[in-house]
Amino acid sequence: MATAIDELVALPARQVARRERLRLLWRSPTFLVGLVVVAFWVLCALVGRLLVPHDPYLPDLLSRLKPPSAAHWFGTDDIGRDVFSRVIVGARGILTVAPLATLLGTVAGTSIGLVAGYFRGIVDEVLMRVVDAFLAVPVVITGMLGLVALGPSTATLILVIGFVFTPLIARTVRAAVLAEREMEYVQAGRLRKENALYMMFVEILPNVLGPVLVEFTVRLGYAIFATATLSFLGFGIQPPAADWGLNLHDQYIYLTGGLWWPVLFPALAIATLVVGVNLLADGLAQVYER
Amino acid sequence: MGRFLLRRFGLALVTLWLLSIIVFVAAHVFPGDVGRRILGPFADPAAVASLNHQLGTDQPILSQYWSWLSGAVTGHLGTSLNYRDSVASLLGRAIGNSAKLGVVAFVLVVPLGILGGIVAALNRDRFLDRFITVAGLSAAVIPEFVWAIVVIILFGVVLRVLPVTAQAPEGSGVLTQLEYLILPAIALVLVLFGYIARITRAGMIEALDADYTRTAVLKGLSWATVIRRHVLRNALLPTVAVVASQTGYLIGGLVVIELIFNYPGIGYLLFTAAQKKDFPLLQGGVMFVGLVYLTATLLADIAYSLLNPRIRYGSAE
Repeated sequence: MATAIDELVALPARQVARRERLRLLWRSPTFLVGLVVVAFWVLCALVGRLLVPHDPYLPDLLSRLKPPSAAHWFGTDDIGRDVFSRVIVGARGILTVAPLATLLGTVAGTSIGLVAGYFRGIVDEVLMRVVDAFLAVPVVITGMLGLVALGPSTATLILVIGFVFTPLIARTVRAAVLAEREMEYVQAGRLRKENALYMMFVEILPNVLGPVLVEFTVRLGYAIFATATLSFLGFGIQPPAADWGLNLHDQYIYLTGGLWWPVLFPALAIATLVVGVNLLADGLAQVYER
Repeated sequence: MGRFLLRRFGLALVTLWLLSIIVFVAAHVFPGDVGRRILGPFADPAAVASLNHQLGTDQPILSQYWSWLSGAVTGHLGTSLNYRDSVASLLGRAIGNSAKLGVVAFVLVVPLGILGGIVAALNRDRFLDRFITVAGLSAAVIPEFVWAIVVIILFGVVLRVLPVTAQAPEGSGVLTQLEYLILPAIALVLVLFGYIARITRAGMIEALDADYTRTAVLKGLSWATVIRRHVLRNALLPTVAVVASQTGYLIGGLVVIELIFNYPGIGYLLFTAAQKKDFPLLQGGVMFVGLVYLTATLLADIAYSLLNPRIRYGSAE
């Protein structure tokens, strides 16, 4: 009975808050610029194959390493593939791996964070130390170790990045849960002797979704960073994909010979995507953390 | 202060121990059969068994962990499969080179970052502030190898003013070595600048808004004196902690930077270890990176508490 009345009062308030946030988001230039950039690359990832002038996978040994021209806007790479077409379709790999890895890390991290924040005590203490241990080594290095141990592939890349992010996300969620557990609705639930799982996932989780969403977008930026770097090192997305990092891995040796075009354009693609996602994240954070 | 530092030291040890478990699980448990993982699916089973025996990976998992950990504590990290040399001495040689590169990068970025943060804070919410903050943070989120490629194209290909490898020819003087280190250092500076500038800006703004600053202004001190004696002293405290935590990012960045610039440091060593599936070297290297990071943060804690009387005289927490 009590919960039904609470909901009647709380629901409109929550809706009003949500509408207010949306309104603020649409007014935030940071968020909008990020949205446009990310939307462009998502579109390329989804239908890029239909938009490109050349087959991105077809080698043409007669026109290897040709500089940008009317026929090949961004030039051709070391086996004569069209760089422009490869940059456009190259969005797919990274935009599959990074969001899935972030999602994996967010789901796992949110669950662990809820448990640690709700129960405190030893679970909490152990979790915080594990986070410290993960933070002591850069993600790229832990990722490299995990990928060598499991064998590099798209699936293991998602798994390893998700796994490395889990404790970091858990820590953020834990902090949010610690604030929530002092609230009256949690204490009331405890007095009613509600099931702990029900309390964590039905009562507390909806109230920490804001921080979770912000954390997801921030981590997404890092996941793109990590995916690109690991692919560049040769431990991430594997050939014959047109992935940006992988392309740079194959082509950067030509840089010392002055052949900049197979390298510059994938590098700029990575840069715009990472900056776009971070602008999105900043915009969301400004609205949610007011 | 003693208790505070002792507690930090204890926590660092616990962290290092947990890291050893993570690294061990990744290197010994994840691959399933370590010998098979190194030699590939088509290798002779006898060769796999012999490699597993050589590595000790045919032993029970707990005794493997124990022998590795007890070795690591005494500085014996095993033998690299690829270089056929002791992991500890390989790491020792590589860290010297990385330290050179890291020092050049820090010498450039710390004053620049602090200056950027101060300028941003003094122009709060005006164009210069927005520009430094947004440009700095945008630069910081772009991966190091992208920056490396951009600076190589700009300085090495278009302008042709700087060498595009980091390793100076054998026997060259300090200045030539420095010249070779500038490009890789610039790539690292671009990534690290934003964080240092942001934290300095935040510290500055807090100090500028503080009551003691208002008092200093009201009692008639010159603006320069107020900034130097009252604002900066308080504002730069958090920067100390951030600079130390940047060593972690720095080492992560070194992996790609050293690869691109062909520089024989710790990052390059870790990369080749991973590429050759050299598990003893990779394991030892990751632990070593963790040790370097934790030592740096511990030193930052000490510096922070020496600089900050509130911690020096305050309670343990």
